Amino acid sequence: MSQHYNIVCITGTHEKLQMAAMIASVAAATGNKVSVFLSMNALTFFMKGHAGNPPAEGDVGSLILQKGVPPFKELFQHAVELGDAQLLPCSMAMDIMKITKDDLDPVMGPATGLTRFLSDAEGGQMLTF
Amino acid sequence: MSETKIVDARNTFCPGPLMELITNMKQGKVGDTIELLSTDDGSGADVPEWVAKVGHELVGKERIDGVWHIKVRKSK
Repeated sequence: MSQHYNIVCITGTHEKLQMAAMIASVAAATGNKVSVFLSMNALTFFMKGHAGNPPAEGDVGSLILQKGVPPFKELFQHAVELGDAQLLPCSMAMDIMKITKDDLDPVMGPATGLTRFLSDAEGGQMLTF
Repeated sequence: MSETKIVDARNTFCPGPLMELITNMKQGKVGDTIELLSTDDGSGADVPEWVAKVGHELVGKERIDGVWHIKVRKSK
């Protein structure tokens, strides 16, 4: 049976973004609905032209930079293209960062507030990274 | 006519091989078979799990010299 996975990304470190992207891509590709809410320090890595990698956090975070590990942005993109997934930028973080939807990667969905996100998430799984 | 296609995902890590399989499955026709090559250990268990969950057909699975050869037929 398919489920609704709500993934909240707030931490701007490689390990957490990688794990969130892995879950999003596999869950979406397996027929689940996935909503990824991006806020706080995680959102900046989804701005247009942001090429830099987030800090590793730990040893594995450094190891995942090696060849053959799918980059987290690519995995999030797969989730959107291959399944029923949406990447939702937090409207509060966008306000604070003084950015608009035009400043974000085209793969990003509409700016979303917490009230809307929580109401859509009702009854589903919630995972926080 | 149905085809068999080899998708070489060797030397990529989880969930890379699965994503490559899924991308190619989406592009193929019902009845087509894809043989996925993977050096990722977990693929041997994880890929058949996905195939069963989504409802495709696992045609075969064997490991030759450290490489998984997983054959999947597109069922829908």
